[in-house]
Parts: sequence; C-alpha cells; structure tokens
Amino acid sequence: MTNPESAQKPRSDRSPWNWLLFLPIVLPLLPFLFNSDEPRLFGFPLFYWLQLAFIIVGVSCTTLVYRMTR
Amino acid sequence: MSGHTTELVVFSVLFLLVSGMGFVAARWRRPDNIESLNEWGLGGRNFGSWITWFLVGGDLYTAYTFVAVPALVFGAGALGFYALPYTVVIYPMVFLVLTRMWSVSHVHGFVTPADFVRARFGSPTLALVVAITGLVATMPYIALQLVGIEAVLKTMGITGHLPIIIAFAILAAYTYQSGLRAPALIAFVKDTLIYIVILAAVIYIPTQLGGWESIFDAAKAKFDASPSQSDGLTLNASNQLQYITLAFGSALALFLYPHSLTGVLASRNRNVIKRNMSALPAYSFLLGLIALLGFMAIAAGTKPVVGANGRPDGNTIVPVLFDQMFPDWFAGVAYAAIAIGALVPAAIMSIAAANLFTRNIYREYLNKDATDAQEAKVSKITSLVVKVGAVLCILILDPQFSIDLQLIGGVIILQTLPSVALGLYTRWFHRSGLITGWALGLGAGLWMLYLIPNPVSGKAHFGGSAFGLSNLGFDTTMTIYAGFLALAVNLVVAVLATLAFRAMKVADGGDATSRGDYFADEGDPKVKPMDLTGTH
Repeated sequence: MTNPESAQKPRSDRSPWNWLLFLPIVLPLLPFLFNSDEPRLFGFPLFYWLQLAFIIVGVSCTTLVYRMTR
Repeated sequence: MSGHTTELVVFSVLFLLVSGMGFVAARWRRPDNIESLNEWGLGGRNFGSWITWFLVGGDLYTAYTFVAVPALVFGAGALGFYALPYTVVIYPMVFLVLTRMWSVSHVHGFVTPADFVRARFGSPTLALVVAITGLVATMPYIALQLVGIEAVLKTMGITGHLPIIIAFAILAAYTYQSGLRAPALIAFVKDTLIYIVILAAVIYIPTQLGGWESIFDAAKAKFDASPSQSDGLTLNASNQLQYITLAFGSALALFLYPHSLTGVLASRNRNVIKRNMSALPAYSFLLGLIALLGFMAIAAGTKPVVGANGRPDGNTIVPVLFDQMFPDWFAGVAYAAIAIGALVPAAIMSIAAANLFTRNIYREYLNKDATDAQEAKVSKITSLVVKVGAVLCILILDPQFSIDLQLIGGVIILQTLPSVALGLYTRWFHRSGLITGWALGLGAGLWMLYLIPNPVSGKAHFGGSAFGLSNLGFDTTMTIYAGFLALAVNLVVAVLATLAFRAMKVADGGDATSRGDYFADEGDPKVKPMDLTGTH
C-alpha cells in the first residue's frame, strides 16, 4: 500500500463503465433486429451475418470495460 | 471397412500421441507434492492469461460445438444458431460475477460453488444440495462428449459401444494420473488441431459447394419443402421465444457448472479473468461458422449414418461431411480434433465433479478429518465413477438431438443460480428459502421435461427441452426452454419463502464472508499465497 489514498478507499468493482456490458447482453436477445433473410451480405442472410457481427460489439464492450476498470 | 483405413490410422496415431502427452503432463511445472486437492484439482491455481484462455476455451468448445450444434442446425435450421447469441451474451454477463467469485474463493480457499454457498449462507444442507445438483447435471454433459466421439467412430465404420469405452478408459487413466494438468496441456494441441480443421472446413468446403449463397439457398429449399413448423432459415412465431430463452438460459447455466469454475479459479488474478472474458469471444466467431456446417451438409446432400436402431443418427452429420469433402488423411486429422475436443472437456468436467464430491460430501459427511492425500485419492476415484455414470447415460439414453443432453443438464444446474450467482451479490435470501426455491424449481423443471415428447422416436417423455406453452393452457404453438421457466419458478418461490421464513422468525445461517472479500486481488494480504511451483 504505497498510495495512501487507495489504502483508505474501500475496494469495490463499481464503475459507470460497467453499464456498457448491457449492450452486448441485450442486442442478441432482440430477434426483430435480425430475423430476416434479406439483406444478404457475402451470401449470408441477415439473420446470420448480423448475429456474427454482434460478436464484435461484445468484444469491443468487454475490452473497453476491462481497460477502463483494471 | 477398408474405405476408412487411412482415416483410422491417422486418427489413431494422433489420438495416442495426445494421450501420451497427458501422462507427461504430470511432470509439467511439477509441484513437490501432487497429492493434494489444490494441486491435482486446480493445477496449483497459478495459471496466467494464456493457459486460462486455452483452459476455459477448451472446456467451453466441445463435442457440443462440433457435433450437437451442427446436427441441430442441419435438422431445424435457424433455431440451432442460438448457440451463437449464447456465447455473445455470456461473457459480458459473467464479467463481474466471476471476478467476485475469484476473489472470495481465494480469500477463503473455496474450490467449488458449494464451498462458497456453505460459507455465505452458513448452511451445510444448502451446500449439499448445490453439490449434488452439480454432480448430477454434469453427467449428461459428459455423456454428450461421449456421443461426439461415438459419432466419429461410427462414421469410420466402427459400430457398437466398445470403442467409446476404450477411449474413455484412456481418458480415465491419464486424468487419474495428472489431474487438471493433463487437460491443460492437451488443450493447446486440441485447439491447434481444431483451428486448422475449422479454417480448412469453412474456407475449402464452401468453394466446393458453390459459395455461401448457394449453401444458404439449399438450406432454404430444404426447410421450405419440409412439413415441420419448427424449422426454417429464419425463426418463426412459435420458436422465437425458445430461441431467446435457450440463448439466455444456456448463458446463465454455463458458469454454474463446477467445471467452468475450475478453469476460472486456476487464474492468477482478477485481471486475467477480465482479459479472458474479453478475448474468449474470438472462439465465438468460429463457433458460428461451425454451426453452419449443418447447412453445408444440406447443400452437399450429406446422409447421416443409420444407427443400430434403424434411424439415421444426426450426430454423424459433420463427420460424414468431412469424409465426403476432405481427402482421407485430412478427414482423419479432423476426426482426431473432434475426439480430442471431446476428451479434454470430459476430463475437466469429471475432475470438477470429483472436487465437488470430495469437498462437500466426503469431507462434510463421511470423513471430517480427511488429510490432503485422502482427499486427492477420493477425488481421483470419484472422477472415475462420474465417467462411468456418463458411459451409462450413453448406453441407456437415446435423445433425438444430442444437444438435449446438455440442455437437460442446464435445466438442473440453473436451479443453483439463486444461491451461487445471486449469492455473490446479496445475502438477502434466507437459507431455507433458497432450499425451498431449489426444490420447487427442480420439480417444475423435471415435470416439464417429463411432458416433452420426442416426435422422431415416438417416446412420450424426456424427448427434448422445448416446453410447449399449450401445456399450461395457452392457445399457442409457442415453445420455451424448460430451464428458463423452471428458474423463474425457483426465484419466485425463493423470494416468497424468504419473506415467509423471516416473518416466522426461523433461524438463518451466519455469513462467513465480508464485503471486502469480494474485491480482494493478487497481492492482497487476505488472498492466500499459493505456495506452489509457479516459476514461469
């Protein structure tokens, strides 16, 4: 405990950044966003390519929260 | 079957090579004494980011991914793709929960979820309930891994149950010898093999089938022609709710399994976990593409192997597709990848189930003064017993989609969520309220599973995990994941029963944890130094 301030403050995992985690939790659970064949991308129906794209949203959000709260 | 000779040889060589590595693993990062539960069961608890990534990834991406999900996509289309949103939702959801679990476990030396529950709610009974639930729920999940190996062997022309029993004997032997070290080292080989096979599959196979466009068109044509209401290239009114609840329910269930926690607890500190929760979705992209192997099989006109019961075995769809599309030697490599990919998680699951039994049943009820060596011994033996239980599941059960084995396990394990996951956040629940909620939730879950028929085999009960809302009197064809509904029952009952027990002033247990324990990190004086090997 070299830093006296951090020694006094009780530890917590609270952070406003954590709210960002809700985005990738909620998005994939809303089928009206992606439940369609058209438009296709590289031959993939919307249903498939958009849900694959949600992975990028997930990685971005969790990475950002990790960086900001570590 | 002479047509499969090359495949068999390549498969056998790779498989034996990897089994050999398992034995060597006992000497890797060797501790002074492996005869303790911390060492055998958690590999000394000081794995860094990379090993944790492989370890956690290794037990999440399994025969479930390679065999069960594509089989469901092949048979039902869009519904089977729920496995993708499942893995997208899960990491942000457990990001904070697992770091809390890591901290409190390292402060108090918890190895299993039941250890935590016992200390948090001061209730050995609740801990016993959680431990038994974990043990039972793990068995069908291990059975699913066996089905995966079985599918590969069937495709190579080997029939009957003998090969699977031999494979499991090998697994049992090296897990017994090396504990968590065996699967951790093998996970590297397994993932390397899997990446090679998957990249080959998703790049090469579509070029042979006229591109993704025609693959999806072929799938669409099949589902348009099929009379079934539950399949299609996209979701319909009756299975949307099921899709969401499957994805969400599976995500809630995953980290309640004792085996997923094993990999997490073996991490060195909180940041290792957080970093992994950010990096693990890299597997999800592959998982999505693997699921689409089901559509590739449709486009390629793949016919599943007909099983001993005269019905085609949908689980063989991916192995047969590989046999059709790849040269023999590479099909052999792919089969080895699938089989090893099933062995690693099966090892991890059985170790975790064994830890659970030893800590929360053996030491709690059978031998209170057990020494470290005795505990390790009991764990080793239990891990064998659990594997035998899973083999029996295979010999006795015959589900339409093998994925239902995992989903039925999910219905069971979800009932520990209020005690384990919510328990990390609140001590509001009364211990007896949690037990009441667990009992009624489990009862409701089993009742729903009992009512679900298997349309293919004609069996009236335990035929799947999609519960028709019409059973509750609703005028609809909508279905919902039984585990989700059962968890809702559990939560409502737990809340009401807690209020009732409080009102009646029934004694509640104490809480051995304090608030700060949930945020402690490596270097904190409360976090027990792991006096083990650990030179990196």
